[in-house]
Amino acid sequence: MTTHSLEKKLLFTPSPSSPPPLEASGPIGWLRKNLFNSWFNSVLTILIVALLLKCIPPVISWAFIDAVWTGGPTACSPEGGACWAFIAAKFRILFVGTYPQDLIWRPMVAGILLVGMVAATVTEYVKNRYLILFWILLPLVALWLIGGGMGLTVVDQSMWGGLMLSLGLAAVGILISIPLGILFALGRQSSIISVRTLCIGFIELIRGVPLITILFMASVMMPLFLPQNLQINNLLRVQVGIILFSSAYIAEVVRGGLQAIPQGQIDAAKALGLNYWKITLLVVMPQALKHVLPSLIGRCIALFKDTSLVIIVGLLDFLGMAKAASQDQVWLGHDAECYIFCAAVYWCICFGMSRYGRSLERRGPQK
Amino acid sequence: MDSREVVIEVKGLHKWYGDFHVLKNINLDVCKGERIVICGPSGSGKSTLIRCMNRLERHQEGSIRVEGVELTGGLKNIEKIRREVGMVFQNFNLFPHMTVLENLILAPLWVRRTPRKEAQNRAMHYLERVRIAEQADKYPGQLSGGQQQRVAIARALCMNPNVMLFDEPTSALDPEMIKEVLDVMIELAEENMTMVCVTHEMGFARTVADRIIFMDCGEIVEQNEPEAFFNNPQYDRTQLFLSQILQH
Repeated sequence: MTTHSLEKKLLFTPSPSSPPPLEASGPIGWLRKNLFNSWFNSVLTILIVALLLKCIPPVISWAFIDAVWTGGPTACSPEGGACWAFIAAKFRILFVGTYPQDLIWRPMVAGILLVGMVAATVTEYVKNRYLILFWILLPLVALWLIGGGMGLTVVDQSMWGGLMLSLGLAAVGILISIPLGILFALGRQSSIISVRTLCIGFIELIRGVPLITILFMASVMMPLFLPQNLQINNLLRVQVGIILFSSAYIAEVVRGGLQAIPQGQIDAAKALGLNYWKITLLVVMPQALKHVLPSLIGRCIALFKDTSLVIIVGLLDFLGMAKAASQDQVWLGHDAECYIFCAAVYWCICFGMSRYGRSLERRGPQK
Repeated sequence: MDSREVVIEVKGLHKWYGDFHVLKNINLDVCKGERIVICGPSGSGKSTLIRCMNRLERHQEGSIRVEGVELTGGLKNIEKIRREVGMVFQNFNLFPHMTVLENLILAPLWVRRTPRKEAQNRAMHYLERVRIAEQADKYPGQLSGGQQQRVAIARALCMNPNVMLFDEPTSALDPEMIKEVLDVMIELAEENMTMVCVTHEMGFARTVADRIIFMDCGEIVEQNEPEAFFNNPQYDRTQLFLSQILQH
């Protein structure tokens, strides 16, 4: 009975795929599935809609319809809407602090350079080694522009403030603490016991202490220990404090990524004859950083927001300037506008970083 | 056989994992152009032995010389040896963040300092040899297991190694993909590449090997040419292993 002639073989054709049932798709389906899928959810949906209807109209009329956009202190009344004219009047102080008015073009150029660099990075207009080179050069150029020297009038650090100071502390903090954090993470896994012990000690010490303490140490305690003739300026000490704090956390984030790399990857790289630094740079680190990108971006956002703590050691950053501005005798009673404006600016910058992080995550091979 | 140049010389090799004695007094010479298959039950130390040959595992006693260079101590020596010894792993271990082509040119660029253009040409040559040139710009995650393993073989070949080590190259593959990898390995053997393979593919061993080494409990139990090994094993342990592995 076992004949192998071709005619006798059955022909297998896979059955065609059919579309999913209609009730599962479309706007009605979406509403039913997401907002009204149980009685509890339905009640919650109705309650939230009612709450929103109650809250949003007054906020809109305060912030936009009844708001005062131009004019002096007399144009605003306490009963009326928001007084955005106040923000307009305090714009300069919020952004650059007490920086001399006639030299204001210098921080503006630095700001434009920063915005330009961010745009070039996000759009991938500049890539790879040039990107890194430009990001290293940018803080130096910005420091020269803002601080002066080499042909420019020197502006003392005590006059730096506002958003300029926040962005400066954050940008330099991020640019230095990421590579430093990576080194600490590698050091923590080093086979050389002294390096490992030092790194673990440093990381655990910094992580065990609040940032405010570190800022106090840097600002108040350190001058007491240093010799009289060696005076490092306050801003630099605070910046170093922020960098050390941030790099300890970044080290722990990166360590998580390092541990996710299978030993096989390292074996394969070793078997090809690559040395430790090349394995780390070319094989391990790109994968590890991709793994931890969400938390790394989170650390950068946290660092930016943490710069507002420098007010505690007498530096007036964006938030510090907002607080100072709202206490102006001529413009009393506009704290709400001031803090809302601050929050909006912080939010825009942080949200921007977060979106950029998401777009980075989507790059490269998809699994 | 003795007149031929010895590429890998293992002498009195002992290795322990903690208290566990994994390799016991291993003596083995691999000659130029020789194809050796190492087989044995799991836990017999065969993977550890092959990983000692390029110092992915360090041994505690005895010596391993590759092309006359002792594999101990100096990192420079070890890196020099690893350049000349290609290795293919059970789990392929391709670099997932690089395309196939980038995987292949990585070591030539960074270890041998080959110009990029030349490295790319050589990479494409080897990709064609393992019949996978059209996948050059894909990422490893987009390839099947068999394709990935062939890329891994090509990656090792791009360094122009004098010896190839295979550590169970087909164990992680679906049955229908084993043949495509074995075919590439057979072609390699036909070109007189010196090969040491840890494998359970006895059909491959029979056609390709010059010598089969059977290990158990960290020792070499017996070694012989394929015909004699399969038809007339000397030890009962070998007999038992063969009967278990060849039954189906």
